[in-house]
Amino acid sequence: MSEARAAFAMPAEDAALLAELRAGDGAAYERWVRASAPRVLSVVRRLLRNEQDAQEVAQEAFLSAFRGLASFDGSARLSTWLHRIAVNAALMRLRTRRRHPEEPIEDLLPRFQADGNHEHAPSAWAAQSERAVASAEVRKAVRAAIDELPDMYRDVLLLRDIEELTTEEAASALGITIAALKTRLHRARLMLRERLDDLMNELEGAPE
Amino acid sequence: MNCRELTEFLMAYLDGELPDDTRSSFEFHLHGCQSCVNYLESYRATLKLGRAACADDGSLPSDVPEALVQAILAACKKEARS
Repeated sequence: MSEARAAFAMPAEDAALLAELRAGDGAAYERWVRASAPRVLSVVRRLLRNEQDAQEVAQEAFLSAFRGLASFDGSARLSTWLHRIAVNAALMRLRTRRRHPEEPIEDLLPRFQADGNHEHAPSAWAAQSERAVASAEVRKAVRAAIDELPDMYRDVLLLRDIEELTTEEAASALGITIAALKTRLHRARLMLRERLDDLMNELEGAPE
Repeated sequence: MNCRELTEFLMAYLDGELPDDTRSSFEFHLHGCQSCVNYLESYRATLKLGRAACADDGSLPSDVPEALVQAILAACKKEARS
């Protein structure tokens, strides 16, 4: 697709930067790397949870972007395009890692009585969740809770709910079927909800 | 449909992917079960909290090592020359 035909209209500052980058302007490239590196490093750290891997993959992502500048079709913002390259580079690295055998997850999922009713009546989070979103401390605790999910569930949750890949993209990236991806995503959300329940109940009792 | 079954169908329900008859059973149970109403809301809130927690403003590192920046610039310079 040519830039002129792209449905997305690239902002003027992106177009100017892209022109400088394509012209081999070293100073522009350094500015771009310094401005973009925090976001790239944040994304790959989140996915890889290993600083050495994250830094290597961040470097690979910038190199891939550098190689792809000539063929970038302008159908997204430069930052979005680079973000996607970083996610893909991190996924490539994840695939090469030896995965741990699947852990038993029954204890991480909601519990039910023999008749199918909830073992513990779930409380309403509505009031607390607004406060929780606004709290840096709670956001940090939520990130920790995501980090503690078993790898195969955490990866799916990050790709779909946080990095916002489509179901098809995430399934393809992880080499699993769409049905398997949906099952894992739902379980990952249920596990995260269980982990956050204590946190939300503590908030309910805390003074505003 | 009981609470356990409803929980299994939550994601498909929110994605609008349940067949009509299953959605009817889902909503029938939901109308009579405050526990499942609470659970559905907390499931939605979990997604919202996860997104908020990982949004850039909460997790952007300010500690990008200078050595990494230099390594990226050097790798691209080398690529440009090759």
